Amino acid sequence: MATEATGGGLEFHPMDQFVVKPLFGGAEVHWWTPTNVTLWLALTALASIALLVLGTRGRAVVPNRAQSVAEMAYGLVHKMIEDIAGKDGLQYFPYVLTLFMFICFGNMLGLVPTAFTVTSHIAVTGVLAMAVFIGVTVIGFVKNGSHFLELFWIKSAPLAVRPILAVIEVISYFVRPLSLSIRLAGNMIAGHAVIKVFAGFAAIAAVAPVAIVAVVGMYAFEVLVAFVQAYVFTILTCVYLKDALHPSH
Amino acid sequence: MFSLLQEAATHAVEHSEGEVVGHDAAHGTDAAAHGADAAGHAEAAGLPQLDLTTFGNQIFWLVVTLVVLYLVLSRVALPRIAAVLSDRQGAITGDLMAAEEFKQKARAAEAAYDKALADARSEAQAIVAQNRAEIQAELDAAIAKADAEIAARTAESEARLREIRASSDAGAREVARDVAAELVASFGGNADAASIDAAIDARMKGAVQ
Repeated sequence: MATEATGGGLEFHPMDQFVVKPLFGGAEVHWWTPTNVTLWLALTALASIALLVLGTRGRAVVPNRAQSVAEMAYGLVHKMIEDIAGKDGLQYFPYVLTLFMFICFGNMLGLVPTAFTVTSHIAVTGVLAMAVFIGVTVIGFVKNGSHFLELFWIKSAPLAVRPILAVIEVISYFVRPLSLSIRLAGNMIAGHAVIKVFAGFAAIAAVAPVAIVAVVGMYAFEVLVAFVQAYVFTILTCVYLKDALHPSH
Repeated sequence: MFSLLQEAATHAVEHSEGEVVGHDAAHGTDAAAHGADAAGHAEAAGLPQLDLTTFGNQIFWLVVTLVVLYLVLSRVALPRIAAVLSDRQGAITGDLMAAEEFKQKARAAEAAYDKALADARSEAQAIVAQNRAEIQAELDAAIAKADAEIAARTAESEARLREIRASSDAGAREVARDVAAELVASFGGNADAASIDAAIDARMKGAVQ
């Protein structure tokens, strides 16, 4: 994006924060190069592990704060799967919790100033969404065989409109990974870019207070968005899982 | 992205390294034409998110991260949290059961206490009744004894009274006879004892019983 808007001391580079750079100098980004993506992915994983493993190392019956938060995250996702996908969805609980913790901490750590937001990259969210999409499709066919296709053949509708509905259902089914990945990445890109633009305005003394207040407001809003997007991604995963496990209803 | 490519391209040109493919090099030289003054951002000609050359890197590290995270969570964190939660559930259930047990015990103790109280009360009543009966019996015996004694004394007194009365009766008769005999004598009569006795008996019939 042409973001060079220099003039009157204003410089906006809202997209620079998303550039992938090698971590230890050099210019080439090979598939194995440790980059800022690698760093923040690692930090995301470490933060998740710190909460869920270190936080619970006391194994206390009466939990301390970290253990309470870890148990809340566990309970949130556990209950979500059980409520939406049913008891047989619980066998996929570890992966769904991994998704939730990864996205939540990826979003949250991206809000640390100067951080790199891994979940703002379509490559990352695309892989997450495709993993869900492919996983759910495979589970659907393995568990239900050809009955999985009944998901697209809506028996409660009149026979005449079923083919039309089937086409719509198939399209919506294949749009799922796209909407999952773009929703998450889009939210992250937009929020961080807007904060950066407001921060750029802080260079003008006259509007600096407004800009700073706006940055603070946006930041608070982005914290909310960070959690909500992780929640939405997880809950949609559960909904898709339900479709795979019980396609007929 | 182009700065990277451009540097890669110059690399490729200068050192003839085989890592950079041809069309990248072409882009690089293209970008170099724009001027390589600001290597950071000036030449970023699009969303960094759409820079396909970094996709391989991101996807590789993402997969590594997810696999590590999944393994750690599923092997370490989740069993631990599940164990903690079930322990807590167990502790809560156990405590509730223990509380219920204590409640039952308290209820049993209360019932035992009530029963003991009732027993004690009825025993006390029994003892009281027994004592009362004993006392009554003693009292009755005493009363009976007293009555008997009273009756005996009364009889004795009556006997003595009768005796006294009889003796006084006899005395009076004697006196009356003597007086009557003297009176008759002083009037000049000569009364025999038998007629005087009959007269006195007739006189005293109604007076002394």
